[in-house]
Amino acid sequence: MKKFLSVFMTGVMACGMLTACSGNSDSQADGKVLYIGGSGPLTGDYATYGTSVKQGAELAMEEINAAGGVNGYTVYVRVEDDQADPQQAVSAYASLMDDGMNVSLGGTTSGACIAVSEEAYKDGLLMLTPSGSQKECTQYDNGFRVCFQDPDQGKYAAKFIKDNNVGSKVAILYEKSNDYSVGIYENFAATAEEVGLEVVTTQAFTDQSNQDFSVQLQAVKNSGADLLFMPFYAQQAAYVLTQADSMGLDVVFFGVDGMDGILEKIGRENQHLTEGVILLTPFAASSTKENVASFVNRYKAKYNAVPDQFAADAYDAVYAIVEAFKTAGVETDDETFNEKMIAAMTQITVEGVTGTMQWTADGEPNKEATAVVIKDGAYVTYEDYTA
Amino acid sequence: MKKNIFQSMKKTSRKNLVTYLICFSFFAAVQIMDITDNLTRHFSSLLVPICINVILAVSLNLVIGFLGELSLGHAGFMSVGAYAGCLFAIRFKEILPAAVRFPLAMLVGGLCAALFGLLVGIPVLRLKGDYLAIVTLAFGEILRSVIINLNFTGGASGLKGTPQDATFTAGFAAVILTLFVILNLADSKHGRAIMSLRENAIAASSVGINANGYKLLVFSLSAFFAGVAGVLYGSSVSILSASTFDYNKSIEILVMVVLGGMGSVRGSVIAAALITVLPESMRALADYRMLIYALALIVMMILGTSEKFMLLRHTLSPRRLRSRAVKYFRYKKEGQNNG
Amino acid sequence: MNFLSNLISGLSLGSIYALIALGYTMVYGIAKMLNFAHGDIIMVGAFTCVVFITNMGVHPAVGVLASVVVCVTVGVLVERIAYKPLRSAPPLSVLITAIGVSYFLQSLAQLIFGTNQRSFPKFISLSPIAIGQLTIKGESLVTMAVTVVIMIALTLFISKTRMGKAMRAVSEDKQAAELMGISVNRTITITFAIGSALASVAGSFYGLTYGFVGPYSGSMPGIKAFVAAVFGGIGSIPGAMLGGILLGVIENMAKAYISTELSDAIVFGVLIAVLLIKPTGLLGKKTNEKV
Repeated sequence: MKKFLSVFMTGVMACGMLTACSGNSDSQADGKVLYIGGSGPLTGDYATYGTSVKQGAELAMEEINAAGGVNGYTVYVRVEDDQADPQQAVSAYASLMDDGMNVSLGGTTSGACIAVSEEAYKDGLLMLTPSGSQKECTQYDNGFRVCFQDPDQGKYAAKFIKDNNVGSKVAILYEKSNDYSVGIYENFAATAEEVGLEVVTTQAFTDQSNQDFSVQLQAVKNSGADLLFMPFYAQQAAYVLTQADSMGLDVVFFGVDGMDGILEKIGRENQHLTEGVILLTPFAASSTKENVASFVNRYKAKYNAVPDQFAADAYDAVYAIVEAFKTAGVETDDETFNEKMIAAMTQITVEGVTGTMQWTADGEPNKEATAVVIKDGAYVTYEDYTA
Repeated sequence: MKKNIFQSMKKTSRKNLVTYLICFSFFAAVQIMDITDNLTRHFSSLLVPICINVILAVSLNLVIGFLGELSLGHAGFMSVGAYAGCLFAIRFKEILPAAVRFPLAMLVGGLCAALFGLLVGIPVLRLKGDYLAIVTLAFGEILRSVIINLNFTGGASGLKGTPQDATFTAGFAAVILTLFVILNLADSKHGRAIMSLRENAIAASSVGINANGYKLLVFSLSAFFAGVAGVLYGSSVSILSASTFDYNKSIEILVMVVLGGMGSVRGSVIAAALITVLPESMRALADYRMLIYALALIVMMILGTSEKFMLLRHTLSPRRLRSRAVKYFRYKKEGQNNG
Repeated sequence: MNFLSNLISGLSLGSIYALIALGYTMVYGIAKMLNFAHGDIIMVGAFTCVVFITNMGVHPAVGVLASVVVCVTVGVLVERIAYKPLRSAPPLSVLITAIGVSYFLQSLAQLIFGTNQRSFPKFISLSPIAIGQLTIKGESLVTMAVTVVIMIALTLFISKTRMGKAMRAVSEDKQAAELMGISVNRTITITFAIGSALASVAGSFYGLTYGFVGPYSGSMPGIKAFVAAVFGGIGSIPGAMLGGILLGVIENMAKAYISTELSDAIVFGVLIAVLLIKPTGLLGKKTNEKV
């Protein structure tokens, strides 16, 4: 039996190696192609983020190609699965390189993105991550991002709460096992102390128990807080909002850009729970801005879902790369392709669905976060809401 | 008939030689492909992960296959080794050259993991079967929680800045070293003592085998190599985060061991390489990748161990078919002669 | 007051663990296998409820019944296709197959329902009961009551009925049971059917309590329930109940009074400590080693 198994397995392995070696050749379409590749978790616990990135990027690809491509090139976007694992992200990157990738979208999650940034740096490839928010994602000259850096949001949120007097006694709930959440939390707490915002309780949860928040919310309730700062993603926020409601917890819920998509996640029948929730986001799916509305409509038509932050960031990332390609005016097989693309990144201005962006040489976009409030299942700006 | 050297060797050494041969020929094949420029980026990115998984699978096989105890916390030992070794490597980044630093880091990682192996080994003395499995699983999850809550491990944002010392050659050397130690142990007096504990612990103790001592030895040795694999992992990806080492990782290693056959080192080596390459080679299937991977797992288990299929395979095996054919013709011939 | 409300939320969390652990422990007791796919059957059950009640708009009772039927079908099919051929294979091969089934169900659910979680229909809406300052969620009370009823029913079933006796016989000694004219295969299939039905009930209550279900919703509760089953002594029905409830209470108490970050480490630590003192769990049978 062992013999059979080993023969069988060597056979499968040989096939595996052959496919691994041969690579995917479906991308080599006729004509000149600008190949943009990225990775994200398409399966596993974080699959929803990677899937959004894939869908957003592919939608941008279709639009650009339908409009005749760029500089005589058609755009090809491929987003591979990495299950949010750095090692798999590197393999995905390598597989894309075999395939002839010209520009990388990095990884969707920060850990995976940092691992890819190391590889992209060695190759000198331009890397524009839609959503890798940790500082180190753009540590090299070739790295850029569309989303905010974690620390900025924490600072901005604390100042916003203080300046607009949204709450005076703040409770914090954050995800200890998530880098994004911890990054924002730390900066929020530091800034809160600086500006004199009173934090009455700090609660945490981990990925081992991220569905039941009864104890944490009970503590928030007892602390007498009037605002709960929740720097984590929409899925957990949906749990928190429903459980807070059934406990009768009456505070202002304040989220960051990861909370975008809460309306979708919580479902229509629970929509009343989101009334008055404040979140920081550069992207609002309910915006009336023309480019945003058209993006949202096309996305809905294609995927039967409302785009979230991740999809919007990826959509903008593809447009930004194309814009840089236009500005650089270089052929993909040119020796100076990478150099010129990276140089072009700091020269371009992109009117994206997440705002108008220009990049610094550090790789940061200079867009502003805006606070929006949910009212009757739609985002309105904080100014409009309080007016 | 004159026997050649290969035939005159002991059966076990012959088996081991084949295992080494498989490894070396794989290494040689990769080197040739590299020189002739046939190596894709994708495949070369999998070489170090293959080495890591081979070490993990072979070392877990020591506990599961040889000692006969189920452990679901192998990823925990790996994480201890990874963090210890990487912290060491970061500390001595400027002081020591890579050629000295990397082996030392592996040693440090391995020893720390072995210490934890000893710690977990102690409850092993009292627990058996599924209860032991759950304790090892619990241990792995505790470690993960603790790592996330510590500051010097980088917490949730992960440990960054480990020098990227892991190469395929270094990984391969570690694999050969692991195989050498474990194969030799298995063939020694101690190896036979360990296996006797698996077969019948009471009988083994009654002939004077120190059951507790051997169990602790196996647990710490297995943890040592898991730690070495962890250092290799930490030195091959630029970020080390605790979430990598959850129970799913332990289960992945367990899958390799069971697929390769419990107690078969060669099987573990092949299965580990297979499990690393299989999901990667199915990238073209996109959305269906994990579905097909799951199906492949089930089918491989059923084909490999189901009684019915073994019987079917037995009847269809070439040797048996040949002997049946021979019998049939002989019968026919005899029939003709008689008639 | 605080303590009491944390205790009650712990009990409610624990009842869900207990419901899942009951299925785990039954299958283990009779088929002697760790059915790692059990958690994912819960996910299947919860999704079926969503499809029937939210999407097709049938009466909740019909929806729950449909989810029981679907879960039993899936459970029995899985047993027939994946586990039955491995009856005489080493237990670890069966474990790996179960893991394969678990991955399979997860990725299938992801292909069908997408990666986003769906909100679960709130078909039982009870207003919270207030006793002084203390408020108890309606769903918690229902979950606890149902868990207790199921446990009692299951215990009676196992000890009084013919089928239950057959199950005990199979669990004791498969070969001897076979010689006594008990169909081992049939008994195991029925065990899986009951286990899956329990999982679907657990799925409904899980959905009611937390409000959402996604392709990977079953895996963490599955692992916790596995821990609970071992904690109480795997194979023992009251043990699963006790283990589940204790696990929920300890988890919440650790969160409330020690550390929210380390609560899981504490739960697992307590588990290890208990197993060191009682190596076969709280209510597990002590097996004598045969020489």
